[in-house]
Amino acid sequence: MLEIRNLKCYYGKIQALSSVTLSVAEGELVALIGANGSGKSTLLQAVCGLLPGWEGEILFKGESLKGLAPPPIVARGISMVPEGRLIFGPLSVMDNLRLGAYLRYRQRDHFGIRQDLDRMFVMFPVLAERSKQAAGTLSGGEQQMLSIARALMARPRLLLLDEPSMGLAPLVVKQIFKTLAQLRSQGLTILVVEQNAQAALAIAERGYVLETGRMVLTAGAAELLEDEEVKRAYLGKDYSQFTDGRE
Amino acid sequence: MRVLANVIGYLLVGSAILAVGLWVDNYYYFQLLTFIGINTLLAVGLNMLMGYAGQISLGHAAFYGLGAYTTGILGVHLGWPPLVTLPCALLVSGLVAWLVGRPTLKLHGYYLGMGTLGVGMIVHVLFREWSSLTGGPSGLPGIPTLSLGPLEIPGGRPYMFVVWGVVLVSFAMCQRLVHSRVGRALRAIHFSEQAAAAVGVDTARAKLQVFVFAGVLAGLAGFLYAHMVTFVSPSSFGFLVSVRIVAMVVIGGMASIWGSLFGASLLTMLPEWLHVFSEYEVLVYGLILVVVMIFFPQGLTRGMLDLYERARRGKTGSGS
Repeated sequence: MLEIRNLKCYYGKIQALSSVTLSVAEGELVALIGANGSGKSTLLQAVCGLLPGWEGEILFKGESLKGLAPPPIVARGISMVPEGRLIFGPLSVMDNLRLGAYLRYRQRDHFGIRQDLDRMFVMFPVLAERSKQAAGTLSGGEQQMLSIARALMARPRLLLLDEPSMGLAPLVVKQIFKTLAQLRSQGLTILVVEQNAQAALAIAERGYVLETGRMVLTAGAAELLEDEEVKRAYLGKDYSQFTDGRE
Repeated sequence: MRVLANVIGYLLVGSAILAVGLWVDNYYYFQLLTFIGINTLLAVGLNMLMGYAGQISLGHAAFYGLGAYTTGILGVHLGWPPLVTLPCALLVSGLVAWLVGRPTLKLHGYYLGMGTLGVGMIVHVLFREWSSLTGGPSGLPGIPTLSLGPLEIPGGRPYMFVVWGVVLVSFAMCQRLVHSRVGRALRAIHFSEQAAAAVGVDTARAKLQVFVFAGVLAGLAGFLYAHMVTFVSPSSFGFLVSVRIVAMVVIGGMASIWGSLFGASLLTMLPEWLHVFSEYEVLVYGLILVVVMIFFPQGLTRGMLDLYERARRGKTGSGS
């Protein structure tokens, strides 16, 4: 569904991504893991059209996304849950959700929007309770749910998530990833970018490892979880644990 | 709740104007209220841009002036009736707003402020120097009074009713806009342009639309001004006038439609009340604005709501 070939991105003269290739098939949940500054967010921003001027190829359902601004990309079926959630704090939870369906209001799909609002409130009951509250007053986990629900309101075919676990308590992270697995089982295609490799690989089918702008590894999620290099770098197990008993 | 509060607001303002119109017979008060109405139109348009979309215009008097001068020039030189000059005035203001906004609103930050500052000055110079058309620094006299077809609307009481009718209609329009898809998009832009773009809002276009809307409202205010005073001169549309409109929005309360009414009323009436201070008038005027901003930094509307809340809580607090 999403095909990225030889993607190169620049911030001024600094190259943030060099020849990155990645693909996500329809119905798949793919994790992209990497440390701070490895270029994970850059990749997502390029796909969403927030970072124009990339080189290479990004194909969505076989069509190039080159030169498209964010609105037409959303219209084609790609929604993003941005890093740091970026919900609209002063606006009510309801208005945030309605903004997610911004382009559908333009198409006058009022019936479908109401249905989807109900669907979101079933999926995240806490949002229904707080629908009139300013979104900025929600807790971190609730804000993340709102951010995901807002993205879903656009009825995407492909959902991109940028570090959904950032700054959240382990229990909340578990809940968020459970929701993602649930969405996938409903047929949504998902690409999730994470530093929390353990949580992301636990629900993903395949994973990619990005390091300083280069794709260094790609394999099935189970394999990556067992990979020594990944264990060392991203799963919080340092050399001593590996070398113990091997001497 | 929100709808109810607004309906009460409309009824209050409407009946206040009606009461003045029916029981007061003083040309001065009619004129003062008409000016408040015109300034409210200017402030509410700018508030849509500043309060909701978070963009600033430092040359709003230019669009006001373009509306007034278009009305005046077409009426005096060509003798066109107001029903024809009205769409022309709105079109000219809107078109110039579009020309300024299109390049500057693609950028983020305060470029619109810079752009409108420049346009305000250029337009002001045009009014002053293009004597053959505008009458130069001494102004353009002889603009006919308002007439809609066979219906003559002279200055004073009838004119006040017309202006306030327009104000209330434009309030209703702004209110609908704020709570529509477009209004939500504007508030989203105010919070974060990138997040707004990520949900599919064409931010440049949304900002341009509200800027043109504010320009057209200012043009409408200019049209009403020209027919009220029947004379336009460059000094009514200078930089200080733009600043005054910004002050009305800030003092009344950003992102509050009723705040525009309070801000415009205060800043229009204050100079009238302060005549008693004669040479100290400007000093007292400035002092009052400073005090208002210190005690009500969110503007009069928010400040009064806070005072009301505190008084209510104080009462229930002492009772328990």
